[in-house]
Amino acid sequence: MADQPGWIKLVQGPDGAELRAGGAWIVEHAAALDRLIAETAKAAPPKGLDLAEVTLLDSAGAWLLARATSQGEAGAVPWLNLAAEFQPLAERVLAAGPKVTPERPRPRTFVDWVADVGEGAEEVFSETLDLVAFFGEFVLALGRVILRPRRFRWKPLLVHIEQTGINALPIVGLISFLVGVVLAYQGADQLRRFGAQIFTVNMVGVSVLREMGILLTAIVVAGRSGSAFTAQIGTMQVSEEVDALRTMGLDPMEVLAIPRVAALVISLPLLTFFADLMGLLGGGVMCVLLVDITFSQYLGLLNNAVTATHFWVGMVKAPVFAILIALVGCFEGLRVSGSAESVGKMTTRSVVEGIFLVIIFDALFSVLFSILSI
Amino acid sequence: MAAQSSNVIEIRGLVNRFGPQVLHDGLDLDVRRGEVLGVVGGSGTGKSVLLRTIIGLNRPAAGDIRVLGRLTRELDDEAWRKLQTRWGVLFQNGALFSSLTVAENIQAPMRERGDLPPELMEELAGLKIKLVGLPVEAGGKYPSQLSGGMKKRAGLARALALDPEILFLDEPTAGLDPIGAADFDQLIRSLQQSLGLTVVMITHDLDSLVTICDRIAVLVDKKVKVGTLDELMRDTHPWIQSYFHGPRARAAGIVVG
Repeated sequence: MADQPGWIKLVQGPDGAELRAGGAWIVEHAAALDRLIAETAKAAPPKGLDLAEVTLLDSAGAWLLARATSQGEAGAVPWLNLAAEFQPLAERVLAAGPKVTPERPRPRTFVDWVADVGEGAEEVFSETLDLVAFFGEFVLALGRVILRPRRFRWKPLLVHIEQTGINALPIVGLISFLVGVVLAYQGADQLRRFGAQIFTVNMVGVSVLREMGILLTAIVVAGRSGSAFTAQIGTMQVSEEVDALRTMGLDPMEVLAIPRVAALVISLPLLTFFADLMGLLGGGVMCVLLVDITFSQYLGLLNNAVTATHFWVGMVKAPVFAILIALVGCFEGLRVSGSAESVGKMTTRSVVEGIFLVIIFDALFSVLFSILSI
Repeated sequence: MAAQSSNVIEIRGLVNRFGPQVLHDGLDLDVRRGEVLGVVGGSGTGKSVLLRTIIGLNRPAAGDIRVLGRLTRELDDEAWRKLQTRWGVLFQNGALFSSLTVAENIQAPMRERGDLPPELMEELAGLKIKLVGLPVEAGGKYPSQLSGGMKKRAGLARALALDPEILFLDEPTAGLDPIGAADFDQLIRSLQQSLGLTVVMITHDLDSLVTICDRIAVLVDKKVKVGTLDELMRDTHPWIQSYFHGPRARAAGIVVG
């Protein structure tokens, strides 16, 4: 009975036009009712709205009727014969008043866009300053811990070494191996044209040890552990754990940042060493297949091609990159504000900034090494 | 309408267990049309689980749940979705989507229906905002910009988005100051009366129980005992005794003296 959709029509009576509505005026039919109201002619203002045949009414339906009859404005059409059971609802909806549409945000203009660029630039600047300040705070906290080594937290250090180092071995190893394979394959292909295939070994050796091993490891670690640091600390921030630490007189820098940075400073060089080995192994496998040498010949050639310097040039970057990645991870984690959304935002930011800084510093190292002629 | 029975929710023989722990064992509960039912119980007695089971977030180990005359476990996806639009849920902290404004939050369930024109959705969202007593400007704000009480009201507005018949509330007054809580109680009561809602609310707030609940369901011994406040006051179960005769009950004016 009640499921007949609502209807509204204009009826010409002896003493002027009258609107009549009936059926179910509920949200289920709202789209159709909205169209129906738009179609109902409003030539002369009707003298009233007869609601005697309305069988169901909810707030959406009442609102549509209120709007159709300009309730709350001058020239409102009075409602007639509404069933008593719907009276409280009608009163409630009418009490909400005619102007209920929330303001829509202003459409964006060119000026907004320019302002965005400016704000973005300012943000980058202030964030860089904050990061430098954070580094300063970190060094101070580190100084305090070094002066009183008892306050150092060993257990989290070991946990983080396990998570950032040992657990990353498979992925770092696989990637390095494959990059070694790719380098050797591409190198052999190009060098063959000069009859210099044998120098593939030099190329693989130098590029893996100096650049590829450390850079790839750092990028994988930034994606894996930098993001994890931000997410962990960010979640603690959301659940007010960081505030709890502060209230107990514990320094978040000391409790959260130092163990993580220290763990990464230990595990990233070790991972890099492992990545170097796997990269050289991958290159070796490819050389054996493409360049017609045995594996022991490969090792011999490698021995002649690279010196300890090449190895150390790559290795010396590892702790620096570790500090960058871990610091950015902790920094962004502590910048998380109340909401879950901001954890995601800061985590993304931490990975992007981590990788960005790693590559910037890698370039700086290159400049430095070329000045020092290493 | 399909359900002409006076019970909008009928639960029979509900069993919920998590591992070895049995929360509900053969629980029966009827919710009558147009009433405000308060659900109380000690911590860990499964009030929230009961609510989550009714709204389908938790699959019971056994038992039948009939909502608005439909046996929930027999419904296919389509019918289930349709049934879901006939109730609204207010989660404890509002559970507003943090990436959407309040108005967009309220429109989210409307959007899901897919056929409402955008202007109408905005108007209806504005109407709900007014109905729950928020200023219109609140519609353009993000949840992080709202106070706890405003979040609850916004969550209530979202629960009411599709004019549901049943409203589930999980501790609606928790975390509100006493004045805010009393206001919220009154809001629920007046909305319930004007919109013709059936309300099921989990609550710890004795004031809410006294002022707005028609009947109270107490979770004890893995089942529920339902009754009016007066009936439960006379119950001899020790937990119910201490609940309704404790110092806090006295403060709420349930017990005189």
